[in-house]
Amino acid sequence: MFTATPLTLKNERSEKAARLVFLSMTLLMVIPLLLIILHLVAKAWPILSLDFLIKNPSHGMRAGGVFAPLLGTIYLVLFSLLIATPLGVMTAVYLNEYARDNALTRIIHLAVVNLAGVPSIVYALFGLGAFVLAAGIGRSVLAASLTLAIMTLPVIITSTKEALSSVPFAFREACWNVGATRWQTIRHVVLPNSINGILTGIILQVSRAAGETAPVMFTGAVFYKAIREGDFFAYGLLDQCMALSMHLFTISTQVPDVPDALPYGTAVVLLGTVLLVNAFAIILRVRLRSRKKW
Amino acid sequence: MKGRTRFESIKEWLIERIIWICGVSSILFVFAIFFFVFREGSAFLFRGFKPVEFFTSIEWYPTSQSHVRYGALALILGTFSVTTLAMLIAIPFGLGAAIYISEFCSARVRETVKIIIELLAAIPSVVWGFIGLTIMNSLIIRLFHAPIGLTMLNGGIILALMSVPIVVSIGEDALKAVPDSYREAAIAMGCTRWQLVYRVLLPAARNGLLAAVLLGIGRGIGETMAVLMATGHSIRIPTSLLDPVRTLTATIAAELGEAAVHSDHYQVLFIIGILLFMITFIINLTADLIVKGIRKQ
Repeated sequence: MFTATPLTLKNERSEKAARLVFLSMTLLMVIPLLLIILHLVAKAWPILSLDFLIKNPSHGMRAGGVFAPLLGTIYLVLFSLLIATPLGVMTAVYLNEYARDNALTRIIHLAVVNLAGVPSIVYALFGLGAFVLAAGIGRSVLAASLTLAIMTLPVIITSTKEALSSVPFAFREACWNVGATRWQTIRHVVLPNSINGILTGIILQVSRAAGETAPVMFTGAVFYKAIREGDFFAYGLLDQCMALSMHLFTISTQVPDVPDALPYGTAVVLLGTVLLVNAFAIILRVRLRSRKKW
Repeated sequence: MKGRTRFESIKEWLIERIIWICGVSSILFVFAIFFFVFREGSAFLFRGFKPVEFFTSIEWYPTSQSHVRYGALALILGTFSVTTLAMLIAIPFGLGAAIYISEFCSARVRETVKIIIELLAAIPSVVWGFIGLTIMNSLIIRLFHAPIGLTMLNGGIILALMSVPIVVSIGEDALKAVPDSYREAAIAMGCTRWQLVYRVLLPAARNGLLAAVLLGIGRGIGETMAVLMATGHSIRIPTSLLDPVRTLTATIAAELGEAAVHSDHYQVLFIIGILLFMITFIINLTADLIVKGIRKQ
């Protein structure tokens, strides 16, 4: 029979210690997240109501709600989505279905990686230089959405590509063997079979675009713009708009004497939107994994 | 076999062209970003811009009436110090968490932790900035009896929390890429789990972990809103953790709105943008080459 030698005892101790150290390192990152969210919600609690969502900011942004910024963010997200989705999905289709293993493909990969790594403030400079000034669109919903679209493109490309490559190659071969062209195969077999993965990417794009501040600050979002409360078509494509993220920045740093609950409320609305959207993506992915037929 | 109609083959050809154009558009965008940022700053870059002053002077007086000076040394050191501090926190914790979820925990715990880390990554930077401005600010004032909590320490911690998810996820990928036969061999030799991690996995996953660290650094250098709100925004070379600092990114965000379009000040901000673009480009390129190198093995 085995008896514990000093060596195995020492090993067991070091094993336990290592486990404890790594566990506490993990917990030290997870617990602050929960505490922060609880703190934000607690501070914002008195102001959170439906009224907060459907009222405009008023009294020099020291009272009222977040209707105009919230609507602005929805506009920016929707338009950037409309631009980035087809472009991103098509890029992923090219990379996964058409591209050969050559220099061009490697350069495209590199470009996508770099697009994901460019700092958000550089996108702001780019949007200002390219869309607002060179293209002459001016500071507007359109210019800001274009900037956001290019910024979030890598999110859609990466997740779509992953979804496409998880469709077994045999599906394509079967399709080609009955005489379908490449595009017919993609259109009727590959894309429908990867739709959940693509949706996950689109949802992540929404969450990313909704939270960005710097890129919209100089391309289309303004400190304050009055719109009619309850009017969901208040912004035109070439109008400037408010944005939730920039509104939070403004009332927490630029405007003096804002009552405490107001920025907390705005932060919770922004954080809540982004986390809900992300949770939706996670649920979709978990369901997709359990449902997979192949 | 029935041949395809002429219309169908033209349609097919057209669609394939469109897909190809979309495919190469990413390359175009990278060039466009560089081109337009460069274009806005180029006139001043070749005319009045003094590189020596820019890189060695701490005198940043872009709106001075008598003597305008664009010395960015304090800003560069600001970015460098906040990022370094953030990495000193984020790298050990991020890699520790990556090791924990890849080697020490059950599948169920792993999924839960990964979801929480994903949510951590989703928090917008302006919300992080707000957290720095409120929660962290009062915490630092209370703990260190500092006059103000908007300091390098504040920005560093916030930035660390923001960079951790990327270090964890790439680090975990790197550990997962180590073949199981390595683990089996080590365990067969009587290794404890800690010895396995320390002697086998860390050396084997060295490159992937390095890529994780690089991408974390890239994230830190480029972060704007959080450091703008949390670091106190004063131009000086930091000498202690409780000094306020200002970064390159925060300077652009704070001053671009006030600089007149095409003025020298405005163009210098674009030159800072070019600098940031090139730094992150090199970091991403290196990380990508390292990751590619692993896949080849």
